[in-house]
Amino acid sequence: MTTITADGHIDDHAHDADHKPAFFQRWFMSTNHKDIGTLYLIFAIVAGIIGGAISGLMRLELAEPGIQYLQMWATAHNGMMGGGEASMDEAYHLWNVLITAHGLIMVFFMVMPAMIGGFGNWFVPLMIGAPDMAFPRMNNVSFWLLVPAFLLLFGSTFVPGGSGLGAGTGWTVYAPLSTSGSVGPAVDMAILSLHLAGASSILGAINFITTIFNMRAPGMTLHKMPLFVWSVLVTAFLLLLALPVLAAAITMLLTDRNFGTTFYDAAGGGDPVLYQHLFWFFGHPEVYIMILPGFGMISHIVSTFSRKPVFGYLGMAYAMVAIGVVGFVVWAHHMFTTGMSVNVKMYFTAATMVIAVPTGIKIFSWIATMWGGSMSFKTPMMWALGFIFMFTVGGVTGVVLANGGIDDNLHDTYYVVAHFHYVLSLGAVFSIFAGFYYWFPKMSGRMYNELLGQLHFWIFFIGVNILFFPQHFLGQQGMPRRYADYPEQFAYWNQISSIGYAVMLVGVVIFFINIGYSLFAGRKAEGNYWGEGATTLEWTLSSPPPFHQFETLPQIK
Amino acid sequence: MTHFVKAWILAIGLILTPAALSAQQELPAAPVVEPATPSVDPLVPAGADAETAATANAAPSGLDPALYTPMKPTPGIGMPVDGGVDFQQQFSETGQTAHWINNAILIPMMVGVSLLVLGLLFWVVFRFRRGANPEPSKTTHNTFIEIIWTVIPVLILVVIAVPSISLLARQFEPAPEDALTVKVTGYQWYWGYSYPDNGDFEVISNMLSEEEAAARGEPYQLAADNRMVIPAGKPVKLLITAADVIHSFALPSAWFKLDAVPGRINEKVLQIDREGVYYGQCSELCGARHGFMPITVEVLSEAKFNDWVRANGGTPKGQAALNEVSAEGAGAVEETSTVVAPQLVPASNSTGAAAPAASAPVTQ
Repeated sequence: MTTITADGHIDDHAHDADHKPAFFQRWFMSTNHKDIGTLYLIFAIVAGIIGGAISGLMRLELAEPGIQYLQMWATAHNGMMGGGEASMDEAYHLWNVLITAHGLIMVFFMVMPAMIGGFGNWFVPLMIGAPDMAFPRMNNVSFWLLVPAFLLLFGSTFVPGGSGLGAGTGWTVYAPLSTSGSVGPAVDMAILSLHLAGASSILGAINFITTIFNMRAPGMTLHKMPLFVWSVLVTAFLLLLALPVLAAAITMLLTDRNFGTTFYDAAGGGDPVLYQHLFWFFGHPEVYIMILPGFGMISHIVSTFSRKPVFGYLGMAYAMVAIGVVGFVVWAHHMFTTGMSVNVKMYFTAATMVIAVPTGIKIFSWIATMWGGSMSFKTPMMWALGFIFMFTVGGVTGVVLANGGIDDNLHDTYYVVAHFHYVLSLGAVFSIFAGFYYWFPKMSGRMYNELLGQLHFWIFFIGVNILFFPQHFLGQQGMPRRYADYPEQFAYWNQISSIGYAVMLVGVVIFFINIGYSLFAGRKAEGNYWGEGATTLEWTLSSPPPFHQFETLPQIK
Repeated sequence: MTHFVKAWILAIGLILTPAALSAQQELPAAPVVEPATPSVDPLVPAGADAETAATANAAPSGLDPALYTPMKPTPGIGMPVDGGVDFQQQFSETGQTAHWINNAILIPMMVGVSLLVLGLLFWVVFRFRRGANPEPSKTTHNTFIEIIWTVIPVLILVVIAVPSISLLARQFEPAPEDALTVKVTGYQWYWGYSYPDNGDFEVISNMLSEEEAAARGEPYQLAADNRMVIPAGKPVKLLITAADVIHSFALPSAWFKLDAVPGRINEKVLQIDREGVYYGQCSELCGARHGFMPITVEVLSEAKFNDWVRANGGTPKGQAALNEVSAEGAGAVEETSTVVAPQLVPASNSTGAAAPAASAPVTQ
């Protein structure tokens, strides 16, 4: 950027901060990081509604033992494609399609776009004092790759995938269920969808790394960089290193399926477990990709509402780096029951437990940030407090599951489901809501409604705990995951869990009422509506910020 | 306020878990063995459909009832319990150790860490709210406390790791050379159990329908028509594989789970001391009927196990060895592979009535 100005190209038409392109050009050919961030957030909300509705269908079916609705839904699903009455196998297959779609949508089309695409795009340039991302047009390509990716996944549910319509392989797409076990184009479409979503993320990661390394305002050294920027930087490196492995793994799935290779088929010298190693080499960093930006946001929110700088800034930053590094060498704890040797299992047990240490540093540093502070409890802070406790609960069950010998019983049970929903549905999603309420007025220029925000928090908090805590009990009792029906001994806690979903749903409805109300009737937001605790660069700008900001780069002391 | 109440509910839930364990252990651990003759089962409560039960018991799997009648499960043993919160009661030695590690080390760790974080949160929320502390401090470093909260978690993890790693080592102890081998094969969507030491017959195990399960007095979706039968109190070497996609052989009451991977043979020792029936379910997504291929394991005394082998047309292990020697002497090695041989004439007429009393209930 500096070179261009030095060359004297001042006739650049974009220098007028208030000049906005026309509608189509602005939203479909965007090169503006804030507009692209908004597109990502809208996309994530749409995907979240779909993924959340799918989990509603699942909790409805699981509310009591027996198959109540599944066959009806499968018949309706067949009907859309001109088919007739669904068989029981088609109904059970629909179940597998639902779990697959829920997982893929929530991971690739809700959490990642919201955190990295949405908040990352919006606030990384603002926080480092940059006018935009390093590669604005590539930024647009990243977003628009996600749309066809989602359409491919959506479309896959309407073509044959084995026992019925759609890909019923689970989000992990394990071979050979995903190769010889699923005849028809559905799984191919799901794989291509992952390819596009992965390419989108890799482009995004390159963009973030370049932006953060090259476009920080003068004086902002790496060790003065806000923690959210640190978190996105670490996340971008995880994406850059993990996603190519996923791409390779699913490309080999594709050739196994269509071109007669046998990478994952023992009959031809391959190995089904190889797929699992490759998938989880990506998949474990992926779970940190989903939570690290949340860590960054929580640090800002806790600091803002305690009116106190973050405690142990360097420890916080390097704890994230440590989590990122160690996250790459623990993948096989997802595969403890595949028949690994005892030494391998011991190593992955020990390595996995190590992650608890930097995570503990973060939890305690957040509490220490509040210690001695002057705390107020606005909606974002409530979500942050909820996040800290719920993430701790999800973390301690993670320590249990890290023990290979203990995991022999818990693997693939509802205990695992409870664990990863505590760290994702109550961890990542809580941090997304925290960030959303924290920055919504900055992005929209209008304050959200505090009462509705508080109501949303409390109802959602109670709902998700009723929803997911009993699943620990189900898992300890031995209920396996990915079951459409279960023995009646599991009925009690399943029913409670489904009630929890209904409570949570009320909270989500309040959230949408709040967005609608605030966008149209919300009070106008000032530049720094949180006051003295909010110290990063985005608070020096108006709300919403000008279309182009920092034409004169800010100077960091 | 609700935060507070909810937190207590959570905490109580966690604390209740060990309590429920001790409650469970008071269940009778003595095995309930069916009479060898197809009579009315004494366990069926009065008024139950005794006739159906009797006919179901007579020849449910087509095996000679003089040699083998399927044992009735003990309610609450080897299966989940209504509204249960704890692990199922454990009947393998490593399972008991693992259960102990979970309830004596890991759950207190979880409760302790969660309550510590919750307590600290409540304290800062109360003590450092704006009303109580209008002027924030500017402290951002305290090297001592940062070292403390790094070192103490490390120590806690070491305390967990020591028993956990030794548990792993014990779970991997190989079977003795003379151990019985059972080959478990996962199919879409049923299990096959073959007995290479007993003439290599294969038992095909399908889920019972709701009516059949009710008639047999077994839990629906856990009960299978033909069971995997193993002798009590002896290590059994399981060779686990699959024929099509990956399945997973799981037996929660023995802390046992191992994937059935096509093209691979996974080996693990299963030893259950108490005679009885134990249930599990397929634990790796394997397609449409993944939820409907349960695992039913029946543990019998050695003598009764041998009768069951005979009822399936096989030969008990010792005799099999003798037969092989004679066969080799005759210059012809006979390979038999009988798939669920119903109605085979048993080699002997022993009824298993002389079987020794069931082994003592497992204690820790």
